[in-house]
Amino acid sequence: MAIIKFKLNNKEVVMDENPNLRLLDVLREKFEFTGVKEGCGEGECGACAVLINNDIVNSCIIPLGNVNGKEIMTIEGFSVSKKYEIIKDAFADEGAVQCGFCTPGMIIASESLLNKNPHPTEEEIKTGLSGNLCRCTGYNSIVKAVKGAAKKGDGLW
Amino acid sequence: MKDISTSVLKIDNEEKSKGSALYVSDIKIPGMYYAKTVRSTIPKGKIKKITFPKLPENYTIVDYKDIPGPNIVKMIFDDQPIFAEENVTYYGEPILLVVGPEKIIIADLVKNINIEYVEETPEYGYVNSIINYNFVKGDAKSAFENADKVVQFDYVTGYQEQLYIEPQGMVVEVEGKKVILTGSIQCPYYVKNAVLQALNAEDSEVTVIQAVVGGAFGGKEEFPSLITTQLAVAAKKIGKPIKMIYEREEDMEVTTKRHPSKIHMEAAISKDNEILAFKSNVGIDAGANTGLSGVVLSRALIACSGAYTIDNLAVNGDVFITNTVPNGAYRGFGAPQMLFAVEMFINHIAKEINVDPLELRLKYLSKQGDSTSTQGTFRDPIIMKEMIEKGMEVSDYKRKKIEYAKKDVYKGIGMSFFLHGCGFTGSGESTHINALVKLRKDKDDKVHILIAAVDMGQGIRTTMMKIVSQVLNIPLEQTIYDLPNTDFVPDSGPTVASRTIMIVGGLVARAAQQLKEKWEVGVELIVSERYKHPEYIKWDEDNFVGDAYPAYSWGVNIVEVEVCPVTYQVSLQHVWSVYDVGKAIDERIVLGQADGGIMQGIGYGYLEVMNSKDGKIQQKNVTDYIIPTSVDSPPLDTYLMDNPYALGPYGAKGAGELTLVGGAPAVALAIEEAIGEKVFNIPVTPEYIMELIKNGNN
Repeated sequence: MAIIKFKLNNKEVVMDENPNLRLLDVLREKFEFTGVKEGCGEGECGACAVLINNDIVNSCIIPLGNVNGKEIMTIEGFSVSKKYEIIKDAFADEGAVQCGFCTPGMIIASESLLNKNPHPTEEEIKTGLSGNLCRCTGYNSIVKAVKGAAKKGDGLW
Repeated sequence: MKDISTSVLKIDNEEKSKGSALYVSDIKIPGMYYAKTVRSTIPKGKIKKITFPKLPENYTIVDYKDIPGPNIVKMIFDDQPIFAEENVTYYGEPILLVVGPEKIIIADLVKNINIEYVEETPEYGYVNSIINYNFVKGDAKSAFENADKVVQFDYVTGYQEQLYIEPQGMVVEVEGKKVILTGSIQCPYYVKNAVLQALNAEDSEVTVIQAVVGGAFGGKEEFPSLITTQLAVAAKKIGKPIKMIYEREEDMEVTTKRHPSKIHMEAAISKDNEILAFKSNVGIDAGANTGLSGVVLSRALIACSGAYTIDNLAVNGDVFITNTVPNGAYRGFGAPQMLFAVEMFINHIAKEINVDPLELRLKYLSKQGDSTSTQGTFRDPIIMKEMIEKGMEVSDYKRKKIEYAKKDVYKGIGMSFFLHGCGFTGSGESTHINALVKLRKDKDDKVHILIAAVDMGQGIRTTMMKIVSQVLNIPLEQTIYDLPNTDFVPDSGPTVASRTIMIVGGLVARAAQQLKEKWEVGVELIVSERYKHPEYIKWDEDNFVGDAYPAYSWGVNIVEVEVCPVTYQVSLQHVWSVYDVGKAIDERIVLGQADGGIMQGIGYGYLEVMNSKDGKIQQKNVTDYIIPTSVDSPPLDTYLMDNPYALGPYGAKGAGELTLVGGAPAVALAIEEAIGEKVFNIPVTPEYIMELIKNGNN
């Protein structure tokens, strides 16, 4: 056990926990965040993506100890923002949400991309989302949604 | 009133986007236990002895001895045990569950259970046929006798994993005598019926509820019946709520996949280069149980002439049992294998007899009034000519075809023509399913849609609400379609076989019409509709004679690729699709199905490698089973044609599977052109391309 401090969705958190726990399990089980999902458990599918210090990270391969002193943002925290509203509406407009299991991770990946590159080209969007797997949409609608969000939210990122 | 196709926002966008939609893994019940499966570690043999570690308090072993009813998962063919007894027939076969409060202790116990086997020699080849179907149309025998030339080739297709992003899972609760099962499922009543039989229970003692489903693609058609019966048995024994969620490795290794197949095709050719007859011999690998394989085979066989009308056919097919993981339903259900073979074959025939492939294909393209492969009739208008023209025009097909035919260009454009029968094969809808739907109007005039159809991402909740609101001319918000719970919804059949819109949606539209006629403000009303088989649709199941499907959806896929001349890596450049799904109930939803379907179909054709070695699936996760990513996915342009079907709601036919089945041949034909060598196997990997080029025989 160890004392671990971090910021979670803009709130200070202090935990006395096993630092080897997967961040994914801590978020899902201790904080009951259902938007962080386990698809592969190997850091490959992106369903468990969160932002750590604004970088996209797959929470299934991050031990809790590694987030000490850092800032974590999950979809639960991000979804109260204006940027989320814009991305979410763009996903809806393009029909980019099907089964929805990859969607929160895709939205986190979109946010991460737009933060670094507010006006991405189509190729840049594809590369930016390539760590997130989706089996329903064939990605076209998601890529269009990110393009749409970048346009509509111009100035926000 | 707006055209029904005009898109509306899907009703579940909000909760799915912000992550509050509850999938099965999100369900928590106080005092909930967990379960893990102990599996066979050999492909075939007898269990000699099982040694258990000392079980801590509250930890329990659940095996076949605990099953109140027969040790069989109720399916079409009842040959799959819930838990292995004496014999194991594949690596990964479930033998028992370890159940208890802490996952970490369960994992430790599982590791320390020792099973001794007497190993037997496994069979992996296409040797043990458990089902044989064969049929003829016309007189193929004389056609072959009179042929000037016989062209024959063999085609091989691999496994395909559904790879829904949400792995399989189920939660069970016990309330008195009742078990309540909530899970990631396509077919609430398949699950319910399987559990009823396993528990030997009364109808009122089993409830099945759909959780939000994170993708299924057939993978959650029959497989969930296995884990649900296991958990139901465990819950009955222990009396605690139990949750079992598969990890990805377990899901990849032991759940059902698309059947690998071997298909031999022969064509009798006259001296004027007419195709007189086709002969096909199809083998599909069922794995260790029959399961749905017979139905998969029959759909494959019925597709034996694809989108073409061939007067004489001789068709033979076998389901082979092997000591490998059981295969099952996957979007397309036998058609992707057969349509790959047919599309490649007709192109290969053209090359063998030196005629233009497109000309040959257009010559035999099915037309309204033609006789189907099973001597039924294509009753409805077929607009394939128009669709092909459209596809060729938007893709600049003709010009590219000439340009890419040059040597050393390493570019290719491939076009597939295909059809997909909508709904269950043959008389399935009337004899096996007999769907019932209900609508209930409450006192506040809200209309509840009571059907067992599952929204697994395909948007069926939104689509059904749209149908009801359109018929009743009420706002979408005045309709309610909750996730199905078998206590409240009748058995409208499984969410499979491209039947939900056409069959269930048709019944829902009729029920809505009935409600409209009886409508009284502020009064509670219930209306129901039961499936009626169109009388003119006749099907002889034993001989494969008649109308195999009430209606067909049609499609054209065009895929353009570049092949790297050094690495033989294939990159997709552009995809164009033209579909006749009758009428799109919601355009955006159908286009979404189209994009996802074609990428699965193309992935099947060139990218997704799965194989089995010594009875073990070799790919364990998305690190080694590669599906398309956003970088692999090219622009996907889809065109929907209106060709309303009289018996579908607003003219709609099936759409879900159609969008997958043409992908593999289109990409394989594109690669064939790019490398200048005939392609016979899918997936067309760089290794296979290298082999083809090395052995070059065009």
